[in-house]
Amino acid sequence: MINFQYLRADTQKKAIDALAKDASAQFIAGGTNLVDLMKKGVTSPQRIVDITHLPLKQIEKVPGYTRIGSLALNSEVAEHELIKNNHPLLSLALQAGASPQLRNMATVGGNIMQRTRCTYFYDTEMPCNKRIPGSGCGALQGYNRMHAIFGASDKCIAVHPSDMCVALVALDAKVLVSGPKGNRRIEFEDFHRLPGNDAAKDNVLQQGELITGIEIPDHPFTKNIHYLKIRDRASYAFALISVAATLDIQNNVIQDVRLAMGGVAHKPWRLPAAEEFLKGKKVSEEIFREAAKIAMNGSKAYEHNAFKLKMAPAAIIESLKIAAKLD
Amino acid sequence: MENKLKEPFMPPIDRVDGKLKVTGAAKYSAEYNIPQMAYGVMVGSSIAKGIILSMDTKAAENAPGVLGVITPFNIEKPAGYNIETSGNISATKKGFNVFDDKLIRFSGQPIAIVMADSYERALHAATLIKVNYKKDSFQTNLEKAIPVVKPLEGNAFKDYTRGDVNAWKTAPVKIEAEYNIPIEVHNPMELHAITVHWETPDKVLVYEKTQSLMDTQEKIMELFGLKKENVHIITKFIGGAFGSAFNVWPHAVAALIGAKQINKPLKVVLSRDQMFMNVGYRPQSIQKISIGAQPDGKITGINHEAISMTASYQEFTEGIVNVSRMLYDIPNVFTRYKIYPMDLSLPTWMRGPGETTGAYALECAIDELAHALKMDPLKLRLLNYSDTDLEKQRPYSSKYLKEAFEIGSEKIGWNDRHPEPRSMPEGDWLAGYGMGSGVFIGWRGGAQVGARFTADGKLLLQSAVTDMGPGTATAMTKLAAETFGISPDKIVFEMGDSSLPPGIMQGGSGTTSSLGTTVNNATLSLKKKLFELVKNKAVFHTETIHDVKFEDVVFENGQMMLSSDHTRKMSYSDILESAGLDNIEFIEETKGFNNVDYSTYAYAAHFVKVLVHPATGVIKMEKIVSAVDGGTIVNDKTARSQIIGGVVGGIGMALMEEGVVDNRYGRWVNNNFADYHVPVNADVPHIEALFVNKPDPILNPMGSKGIGEVAMVGFAAAVANAVFHATGKRIRALPITPDKII
Ligand SMILES: Cc1cc2nc3c(=O)[nH]c(=O)nc-3n(C[C@H](O)[C@H](O)[C@H](O)COP(=O)(O)OP(=O)(O)OC[C@H]3O[C@@H](n4cnc5c(N)ncnc54)[C@H](O)[C@@H]3O)c2cc1C
Repeated sequence: MINFQYLRADTQKKAIDALAKDASAQFIAGGTNLVDLMKKGVTSPQRIVDITHLPLKQIEKVPGYTRIGSLALNSEVAEHELIKNNHPLLSLALQAGASPQLRNMATVGGNIMQRTRCTYFYDTEMPCNKRIPGSGCGALQGYNRMHAIFGASDKCIAVHPSDMCVALVALDAKVLVSGPKGNRRIEFEDFHRLPGNDAAKDNVLQQGELITGIEIPDHPFTKNIHYLKIRDRASYAFALISVAATLDIQNNVIQDVRLAMGGVAHKPWRLPAAEEFLKGKKVSEEIFREAAKIAMNGSKAYEHNAFKLKMAPAAIIESLKIAAKLD
Repeated sequence: MENKLKEPFMPPIDRVDGKLKVTGAAKYSAEYNIPQMAYGVMVGSSIAKGIILSMDTKAAENAPGVLGVITPFNIEKPAGYNIETSGNISATKKGFNVFDDKLIRFSGQPIAIVMADSYERALHAATLIKVNYKKDSFQTNLEKAIPVVKPLEGNAFKDYTRGDVNAWKTAPVKIEAEYNIPIEVHNPMELHAITVHWETPDKVLVYEKTQSLMDTQEKIMELFGLKKENVHIITKFIGGAFGSAFNVWPHAVAALIGAKQINKPLKVVLSRDQMFMNVGYRPQSIQKISIGAQPDGKITGINHEAISMTASYQEFTEGIVNVSRMLYDIPNVFTRYKIYPMDLSLPTWMRGPGETTGAYALECAIDELAHALKMDPLKLRLLNYSDTDLEKQRPYSSKYLKEAFEIGSEKIGWNDRHPEPRSMPEGDWLAGYGMGSGVFIGWRGGAQVGARFTADGKLLLQSAVTDMGPGTATAMTKLAAETFGISPDKIVFEMGDSSLPPGIMQGGSGTTSSLGTTVNNATLSLKKKLFELVKNKAVFHTETIHDVKFEDVVFENGQMMLSSDHTRKMSYSDILESAGLDNIEFIEETKGFNNVDYSTYAYAAHFVKVLVHPATGVIKMEKIVSAVDGGTIVNDKTARSQIIGGVVGGIGMALMEEGVVDNRYGRWVNNNFADYHVPVNADVPHIEALFVNKPDPILNPMGSKGIGEVAMVGFAAAVANAVFHATGKRIRALPITPDKII
């Protein structure tokens, strides 16, 4: 840990300016991820800009959307009536993450921006392209039980650890961003990226850009929903596999469906081909099995995570079954 | 007159230090602050084996607030500092003496201590040290070591044979299986911490996390050539240890040396990741068990071979295979135990050391045999129940495992289970029942207790022992109250300070047996002293009793009275007053007990019900009943907590704990609480802890045999057996994580 400057931003503009002018500056919100990384020496910002005093905590309904400020706490969002009624999938996913203490500190923006939990990323004595580009991927031939089965490259096989983001990508959320060059609205699907040749970059946010909030478009998915999280203990563990599943069922026919997985890729992993397949079909365990098979196209395992190739489809089927109340 | 606990027993009491603990008033070793105190941070090696060619500490030394940096290159050995490294000591007996040489023996080995005026400054300066190593090839993979590394030799590794070693092979029914347990780490909540204050150059005050004040004191005396009265160790509270706090570990020695060098009090607290490689762990093991039996279930022979590990620089052994020699009535037995020196840090005792490892394999194998015989595993255990210790050829002083089986199986509803594997679906889940038995030796060591009874009716007891959580002061308070006949709130049990009369280490389930005996004897002595003071008083003389004997009186409710006439009595306070005394004060000493005629063991019968989700591999502990024969239970409330703690440790062992080393670097990859999983509340159902509660007639006057270790022994097997019953899948490598189920 090195000495750093602490700056509290009282306006959005000051916050953005502070980062835009200084490449070694970072925002701090709940601090539950950033402070750990600083203590471990994984990241050493020379200046941290506290954004928690910005007025970005609202949770509100606007025509066509629900808008959630980036500083709304994970626990507030999970328990908010608006969210529980209109976006129950998001509530479930949030409640599956971390612990109550952490959710009381963690913010929506921080959750989106949280870094991977790959142990090679965390140990500064180990190689990691995400931490030190060019140093190699420690996990590729190392202990990779928690790692990706989709979209990885030989530069990085880490996964994005968030539960919340799995629900948000399933719900077609948008990320609202404000930066030195103005405002942007980014599709959630496009926000996080695959590692490719540049593992250091988790997402498309530019230095100086601030996440101000998210928008979730209105949708019919309030009844048949499930967030299944498989982990090594009953609570307070990251997902081995998680599946967000939600269906719009009319007369036993699937009108629309959203499916996304966590714990499998460098980004929250939407399953468009499986969704396409399910649309218009009658609800049955058989078609869920088919869909799970389709979802697994292109998957690839490493030494310690081959079990995910079995666990992932099982989890998709299970989550769809529970969402469809097929039991 | 013996001072036995008698029915009706006194009701259990609350923890005497409970309030201090839950309000944060209890002070742990890292919480002592001494004026002028500095903070030390340990620096670990980043390679697993080799030699340090050079270290650049300039930047660290010049960093703000830094008071000193000690490395193998600049260490100034304090006067009197004395370590045995020369001579003909074999490599695995040499040990590791911090900063004594430039060799690297394991990744994370302490190679420097950085001391500064604040923790943060020390921590930062520690990152500035640059090290230049020459790397050597190393071995941290036990499986790979077996064919190429020579196992250690010596008495601890002699094969044990009883009868015909081939008996199991020729039996009509037999099973053979291999069981694996990975490295497990104690990971107590409280980090290891030491605060050192050299009051004069040859007198030191040490706040240290230790399970043994006496051993810690002696080791520091030896290391620094100090007089006993000049080494003062204080350990008022311990936030868990599980066996990790016996040794004076390298960081503690570094703190002692460092404080001396900078001539300031110094505090060193390990970080969580340092806890994985600096204070021991349960070594990995690979066990092969073969059992042969008659079709009726009578076991004819068993062969139990265990392979485990130690550090390259020091031997650590534990009795992994011993349990197979005595738990069952088996005429033909062969056991073998080998350990391989590895380029890892030193393992150490961890809850139920040896037995926990061995009983996991044995009790799974017994379950496998029951399945092969198509027999109820409980019936099989009863059929092969041992009534005498066949290994040591002597009777048990007491054994109530049968009774434990009975109350445990009854409570869980063992007989209502459907015996076929995978035959008890509950919705999408598969239910399964499993059992495992545990055993751990009961023993008694010597201990001293200071006693001071004052005219205001208060009793102060003092002993140099520590309490890592079982509630030693509580149990001793209750015991003294019960045997002396006064209310527990009149008693203070003071401990955690080496200047008190020497007690006993806390470990091996021996504290209550050893210390309790001395407390028991102390209250007996006290009663005798009170008796002597007033035996000639008229109040104790009747028409029939002229010469009152100690046997003629009883001590209850703070009063001595004639057994035959309770109206003839004197309160303890009046006795002192009548004798013109303010107090009675003495030191009670009891020697250890050499148990030669009997074998004494505590037993546990663990029963569990699990639910397994076959599609996703998720396992839920649904019901747990652990019935324990620990002899007389001194204080039921704290005893139950011990069983609960042991069982939670067992859940971790069975389902989630696994220390992972990346063998390419010889370096830990999951040395933190996010990646090394221990159970959280959501993993733990209600735990029913039951006690047989019958006295052992031999070991000690209380009749207690110890319970802390046995609480964990055999538990992981119960879970593994339940998973088999639920799914039909035998998972022989712990932990049983979801990926192994699907
Ligand atoms: C022990 C533990 C267990 C956990 N388990 C889970 C789990 O099971 N599931 C799960 O999903 N998560 C889990 N988490 C992670 C947790 O969700 C994140 O730490 C949290 O969401 C981060 O939010 P924060 O506000 O504290 O972010 P901070 O730590 O303050 O910031 C994190 C990053 O986001 C950046 N940032 C923050 N806000 C903004 C913004 N508005 N715009 C741009 N950048 C921003 C910061 O600069 C920093 O780089 C766990 C964390 C811990 C410590």
